[in-house]
Amino acid sequence: MAAHSLSPPLSRLLFTVKYVSLHSRCCAVHSKAHYSTVYNPNEKTFDKILIANRGEIACRVIKTCKKMGIQTVAVHSDVDSSAVHVKMADEAICVGPAPTNKSYLNMDAIMDAIRVTGAQAVHPGYGFLSENKEFAKRLAAEGVMFIGPDTHAIQAMGDKIESKLIAKAAKVNTIPGFDGVVKTAEDAVKIAQEIGYPVMIKASAGGGGKGMRIAWNDDETREGFRFSSQEAASSFGDDRLLIEKYIDNPRHIEIQVLADKHGNALWLNERECSIQRRNQKVVEEAPSTFLDPVTRRAMGEQAVQLAKAVQYSSAGTVEFLVDSKKNFYFLEMNTRLQVEHPITECITGLDLVEQMIRVAKGYQLQHKQEDIPINGWAIESRVYAEDPYKSFGLPSIGRLSQYQEPLNLSNVRVDSGIQEGSDISIYYDPMISKLVTYGATRNEALAKMEDALDNYVIRGVTHNIPLLREIITHPRFISGDISTNFLPEVYPDGFKGHQLEVDARRELLASAAALYIAAQLRSQKVLGDQSKHIVSNDKNLSISVCLSRDASGMIVLQYLGTVFKVRVLSKLASELNSYMPEKVPEDTSSILRSPMPGTVVAVSIKPGDTVAEGQEICVIEAMKMQNSLTAARQAKVKSVHCKPGETVGEGDLLVELQ
Amino acid sequence: DWLVSFRSLTQVKYGAVSASVAQTNLHRDCRWYSVSHLSVRERIEKKRKAALVGGGQKRIDAQHKRGKLTARERVELLLDPESFVESDMFVEHRCSDFGMEEDRNKFPGDSVVTGRGRINGRLVYVFSQDFTVFGGSLSGAHAQKICKIMDQAMTVGAPVIGLNDSGGARIQEGVESLAGYADIFLRNVMASGVVPQISLIMGPCAGGAVYSPALTDFTFMVKDTSYLFITGPDVVKSVTNEDVTQEELGGAKTHTTVSGVAHHAFENDIEALLNLREFFNFLPLSNQDPAPIRECHDPSDRLVPSLDTIVPFESTKAYDMLDIIQAIVDAKDFFEIMPNYAKNIVVGFARMNGRTVGIVGNQPKVASGCLDINSSVKGARFVRFCDAFNIPIITFVDVPGFLPGTAQEYGGIIRHGAKLLFAFAEATVPKITIITRKAYGGAYDVMSSKHLRGDVNYAWPTAEVAVMGAKGAVQIIFRGKENQAEAEAEYVDKFANPFPAAVRGFVDDIIEPATTRKKICSDLEVLASKKQVNPWKKHANIPL
Repeated sequence: MAAHSLSPPLSRLLFTVKYVSLHSRCCAVHSKAHYSTVYNPNEKTFDKILIANRGEIACRVIKTCKKMGIQTVAVHSDVDSSAVHVKMADEAICVGPAPTNKSYLNMDAIMDAIRVTGAQAVHPGYGFLSENKEFAKRLAAEGVMFIGPDTHAIQAMGDKIESKLIAKAAKVNTIPGFDGVVKTAEDAVKIAQEIGYPVMIKASAGGGGKGMRIAWNDDETREGFRFSSQEAASSFGDDRLLIEKYIDNPRHIEIQVLADKHGNALWLNERECSIQRRNQKVVEEAPSTFLDPVTRRAMGEQAVQLAKAVQYSSAGTVEFLVDSKKNFYFLEMNTRLQVEHPITECITGLDLVEQMIRVAKGYQLQHKQEDIPINGWAIESRVYAEDPYKSFGLPSIGRLSQYQEPLNLSNVRVDSGIQEGSDISIYYDPMISKLVTYGATRNEALAKMEDALDNYVIRGVTHNIPLLREIITHPRFISGDISTNFLPEVYPDGFKGHQLEVDARRELLASAAALYIAAQLRSQKVLGDQSKHIVSNDKNLSISVCLSRDASGMIVLQYLGTVFKVRVLSKLASELNSYMPEKVPEDTSSILRSPMPGTVVAVSIKPGDTVAEGQEICVIEAMKMQNSLTAARQAKVKSVHCKPGETVGEGDLLVELQ
Repeated sequence: DWLVSFRSLTQVKYGAVSASVAQTNLHRDCRWYSVSHLSVRERIEKKRKAALVGGGQKRIDAQHKRGKLTARERVELLLDPESFVESDMFVEHRCSDFGMEEDRNKFPGDSVVTGRGRINGRLVYVFSQDFTVFGGSLSGAHAQKICKIMDQAMTVGAPVIGLNDSGGARIQEGVESLAGYADIFLRNVMASGVVPQISLIMGPCAGGAVYSPALTDFTFMVKDTSYLFITGPDVVKSVTNEDVTQEELGGAKTHTTVSGVAHHAFENDIEALLNLREFFNFLPLSNQDPAPIRECHDPSDRLVPSLDTIVPFESTKAYDMLDIIQAIVDAKDFFEIMPNYAKNIVVGFARMNGRTVGIVGNQPKVASGCLDINSSVKGARFVRFCDAFNIPIITFVDVPGFLPGTAQEYGGIIRHGAKLLFAFAEATVPKITIITRKAYGGAYDVMSSKHLRGDVNYAWPTAEVAVMGAKGAVQIIFRGKENQAEAEAEYVDKFANPFPAAVRGFVDDIIEPATTRKKICSDLEVLASKKQVNPWKKHANIPL
């Protein structure tokens, strides 16, 4: 038979199967960062820094500290005592039990740790205490440097209303709108015209998107006014209306700023973070495909104006919403290092943590605005321990039985704080790592990302690589046609995994068949050769391969990101398989199982109750998220198998209906 | 009480009588093949053809409709292609009562297909009961065919696999059928410990028939289509007034989770047979053969860094012993025996550097991994199988002790626990033990300790070998002492670590968990030539 050349994904797959799965290597936790600035060893900063955080960001900060010759102190909860950041740090102090409010948010314990170790400064990372002005104050009171902005900047930007007012005063674009009593429809039209169409009209008292109407012209405004004012009066007893510029297909683009304590501030270009689910970013890139140099400059300059207005120092991020006409509006400012900072580091060559430490010590910025380049393109995928098939990602927990980062590839940076054997627990963020790829062009970076996702080995927990790979290969993403509605628009019925085309399907089935044959041949290689008894002819080799229709698939392959179960049977077995009965799956409409591991917060029903379709049955909290579980149909409650406060695993029976 | 069981058979609708009546009209066309005008050669041809279709197409269709394969299809799937060599295809039953002597009630080969074949080139003897012929009922001829291949298997030293699908005794034959059962039982007992015997229940198996699978080394079942019970639901109802379905009484779920009669259950016939092939690969052909060694692609010196963090920080917290086992064995390939019964102990087969090993491990995830009646019996039977067939035993220990309580004491935990102790003590195969965490009290001794002739005993740094946990010990040693907490700390410092055992040589080394696979593989290589003989005896007297 003529040898076919294998396509790259297939040969990669075969390689992975052959080597990687059997070699769980002891991989040193390191990643290649691409910094062009050189650390100046004569510039004295701190002797010892405490990192008040965990996971990948703690590891990230420790790496830069090591580079700068700074001793590091890790804090950890008891379950984290053998975590990677603890092993990396020079010293480690346990600050309490697993729940974050008793450990990583426990200021008393962290202050004690600072005193005991004599740390001169604290890097808060992101989350936890990073934007807590109380913590910053307590540090200041003890003469310990907080590596971040001053307290007043944290406070000013921490309040949504106040920050908008400050932004407006600093001549930063904010979303134009009107909030108050609108007397007549004509008044509403007038306001709408001032704002410019499209506008959004809703009752001020209504929360979120409730009762929101969008008007694209005067007529629609009149209609919207009528509905909304009626609703405002009847439902809320408050007839104030909110008329605001409606931003269609908004993109989330943010500007990284860096400022020192001497009034200097820089903008380090943008990051496009439009791919989101439930307001959490999934894929980010820098620069954005959407911005032209003029818009970029305008946004950057406004960001710097805002930073200067609050005497900002350290690294910070100004978030904007950008509409389809490249109008941009201030959203909020994050006064900390962002999760997605590595992509900015890739294209600018700066080490942001190093700059934060320098600025905290009081040094002036080393760079001028014209020194800040956009070198190439960087993309970041957030790899999470979550099930992408359930509303684009519900947390999953477990132990990383096998874990290998794709560091064998060039231009790949992986920021992670876990290793093979680590537990992803219900207590903390389920992020496994930030996978960053870099290239001279966007296409190069994207191709590298594809490669990196395919080379990533994660076993033991469900992860979102199938979704990440689908996003970065989707034609709309590749063409840059994205918005914050990308996921619900592209997958209106939820994410279903990669849909195989004919060729890919053949390739998958061929790989499975090859693996099957390899396993069969190996079974015959028993010491004390019996091979003379093996009858070999074409008949034996004919096999039938199909994508499994049930869970009994015998070969499981991850191909093009998605895990497929492939059933390979000999020809005889597959012929006989038609006689095998279809097992009736459990009737899931009458039972409610926990979709994820977590804690039962509330049970809203008791046995004997009648529930309506869609009525809430109970609430499960997992990883900072409350999930309301509802009845699939109207029924009487037969039995309840959980109670508030209980910990449940994925698939645990919660409630039975009749 | 066997008589009772036979009544149940007709009542569960697999009865032999109903089967033969229904067949009356089926084989009218077969009648003429005994007509003497045909040449011998032609008659051979006809008989062979008839044997291949068993009870006829209509019955085959009915079998398929039930989601079951025919006896021959099963044999074909189980064995390597073209390797089946059939015996006794021309055997017919000898019954002459109740119209059974008529030609239409004679089927060449009767209600069982027997012969030998190969699984991945390795010899095996097989019998497969044919439900399409008189409901697979056991006649004297049927039993004789089975006995013949069992005798041959014993002579040449090859395993026997039985595929059971039978309504029970051939009632028309009366005592001849009973004698047939007994003949099989005797051979099951004689072959026990000589060649591996495996039963796969693929249909009904009731009454006296159940004792043949019970005597074999492993009993597997097919979900939803197989049943094992002494008496069917109707008899149960009439005797004890209990309402119970066949599935509840003797289905795969019952026997793999509640009774412990069966060792594994599979979704359907095909899955069961293909898994049986995989399982067979682990077994030696007889007690004269060493454990098989298969080509291995998983490096024997592979480090397993994930094991360094597997034992949790708090000693009260559970972890999954299966994680350790799967990480250590070749290519994560672990065939667990009784995965849903007495889950506080894990037993099963795996390979280390290609060589089959038996793995026994306490499961901290279930009932803290304590030893109770069921887990002791489960473990003991497995250890004895391994010892009988030269399969090295690797034991992972994390055991807080035997389970206390009246239920256990009244149930006889003393004599059942003794079985596991007995099994480990008498075993002469290579024995490697790894203490991962707790090894408390008598359970420490039982779990393949150095004192029971463990060849290599390791402790992980997290090991605690002691008479009991700190709290209990302190209450006894320091009774009445004011500062219990301090005393506890002292005890923990002294005993909650591997040193007390290591300084006495009760463990050979304290090893880094990541190196466990490497160490076991190299030890097994050395121990391959181990020779140890127990004193001569007729047989030992294990506390049954």
